[in-house]
Amino acid sequence: MLAFVIQRLVQSVLVMLAVGFIAFALFNFVGDPISNMVGQDTTMADRAALREELGLNDNFVVQFARFVGRAVRGDFGLSYQQARPVGTIILEKMPATLELSFLAALLALVVGVPMGIYTGLHRHSWVSQAMLAVSLVGVSLPTFLIGIFLILFFAVILHWLPSFGRGTVVHIGWWTTGLLTVEGWRAIILPAITLSLFQLTLIMRLVRAEMIEVLRTDYIKFARARGLTNRAINFGHALKNTLVPVITITGLQLGSIIAFAVITETVFQWPGMGLMFIQAVGFADIPVMAAYLVMVGFLFVVINLSVDLLYYVVDPRLRVDREAVAGG
Amino acid sequence: MAEIAAANAASPARPPPGRWWRIADSDLWWSFTHSPVTVAAAAIAAAIIGAALLASFIAPHDPYDLASVSLLDATDPPAWLDGGNWTYPLGTDNQGRDMLSAILYGTRLSLVVGCAAVTLALLLGVGLGLLAGWRGGFVDALIMRVADVQLSFPAILVALLIDGIARSVLPRQVQTQITLYVLIAAIALSYWVHFARTVRGSTMVERDKEYIQAARVIGVHPVRMVIGHLLPNVIGPVLVIATINLATAILTEATLSFLGVGLPPTEPSLGTLIRVGNDFLLSGDWWISIFPGIVLALLILSINLVGDWLRDAFNPKLR
Repeated sequence: MLAFVIQRLVQSVLVMLAVGFIAFALFNFVGDPISNMVGQDTTMADRAALREELGLNDNFVVQFARFVGRAVRGDFGLSYQQARPVGTIILEKMPATLELSFLAALLALVVGVPMGIYTGLHRHSWVSQAMLAVSLVGVSLPTFLIGIFLILFFAVILHWLPSFGRGTVVHIGWWTTGLLTVEGWRAIILPAITLSLFQLTLIMRLVRAEMIEVLRTDYIKFARARGLTNRAINFGHALKNTLVPVITITGLQLGSIIAFAVITETVFQWPGMGLMFIQAVGFADIPVMAAYLVMVGFLFVVINLSVDLLYYVVDPRLRVDREAVAGG
Repeated sequence: MAEIAAANAASPARPPPGRWWRIADSDLWWSFTHSPVTVAAAAIAAAIIGAALLASFIAPHDPYDLASVSLLDATDPPAWLDGGNWTYPLGTDNQGRDMLSAILYGTRLSLVVGCAAVTLALLLGVGLGLLAGWRGGFVDALIMRVADVQLSFPAILVALLIDGIARSVLPRQVQTQITLYVLIAAIALSYWVHFARTVRGSTMVERDKEYIQAARVIGVHPVRMVIGHLLPNVIGPVLVIATINLATAILTEATLSFLGVGLPPTEPSLGTLIRVGNDFLLSGDWWISIFPGIVLALLILSINLVGDWLRDAFNPKLR
């Protein structure tokens, strides 16, 4: 067990160092950040002073060491575009992305799992067939197209919901939330549906496949022979055993939600971290890009690590296998 | 259909020789013609791809020819709506470009980027997979660790990061000329892993078989042994993966272009057209983004369906 955890930890640290190196290398290979920040009429002396202030004159190793030291403390320097600390900018944008991602993940689970159970239990009903056909379209359609179609129907034609922004937000300390106002809820509906649709269809198909698999097993047949109610068999015995892979995939999909949030945020002009990254690319705002890269890398490493460990805890068969291998 | 029935009725006589007969008589063709969804999908994909390849012959206007574009004709609706006319069947965009022509040329560009990216990913993945499976040891461990790490990130995010970073790294004056190549490379670098893993697995199985040992005994050059003897035996599944990845690569290109880090509006792909049209969606000019969107959706859906069928048809477990 311990060896497994240590091995995974070492791998995670190596990945983070590699990501950090790429992020840092960005600073060193990209043109002249100074000319991006200042106007035409800035004097050479001012430029040189700014260059010194930002530490762009030091050598490679010193800069990398400083970069890692600062990154660990969440300090990524000043944004070239806004001349403000990148950490502050990210903290401002983070609540928007997290609220959207969390709501989308919740939606995917709350709708996807029951749909999966239904289509698994009633395989040949026309409702199941319709759900499966729709889910194929959901998997195939690009996220941004779904968003555009939703905007066309619900914002442009029907005028029911806003097409961009977060609506009215309330400040609670450094956290901003749109979930306490009616406008905020109205604004989050379309982006959340857009973001959740892909994960929703994925979860639905996964639960369906697992249910069908489990319902074929001997212990379900035995439970039927014992005369248990359908309800007890379907939910007490079958569903419980389908949940291990569902937990794993859902965990891993959390990362995908963050990735696809970039697209959803662009479609709906949602002021989160994804939109921030896209705008940073357009402006060649290296510190913001580097910070986003490191943050996303960290997020994925943490998610993968915890899913691995969770899997290990949840599924006793894995533990036995590992120990047998280690022992032999 | 009729031919197959006739051939079956005529058995046990051998079917006439010839390539077409062998195709028509195969299991693959039988399973294809007995799946109406696949036939429909293949027809749609073929129609879209054919129209895109013939874009320069069948497009009513040349979207790259700025002289033929008039701002007076900007944002004309499709021909069947009020204010539309049949000069521009699907309407015009904000610069007065004919949408139908722009879509035809845009589809061609999307297909070119998709195919080029998948080919590059295939070459890279197969090469690295062969190397890892053949050499084993440290080389294998290194390549597969990198693959594992990359696989833990969604491919679209990897492509976005590579593309975004490459854009910032390259000097601005060359950026517009090489955007296309940067895009292809970014997509290829995010999809090689699937190829590499598959090829590595089958290489490790094939490596110890008798025909390879025989080749080794008679002193065939290692490069020739891998390319000439081993490769043909591991390439089958790779082609199926390539079909499925083609849809994903086109999707990735469209997404990156939509995000504004793909192809520029002067050389629009389907994704760029949708991006341009998205700005006019709220003012009611829906056709600028919706028509390219429908073409993109149909293209991806039909390629996916054909790919799914190929995967099942080549999977001996499902027979």
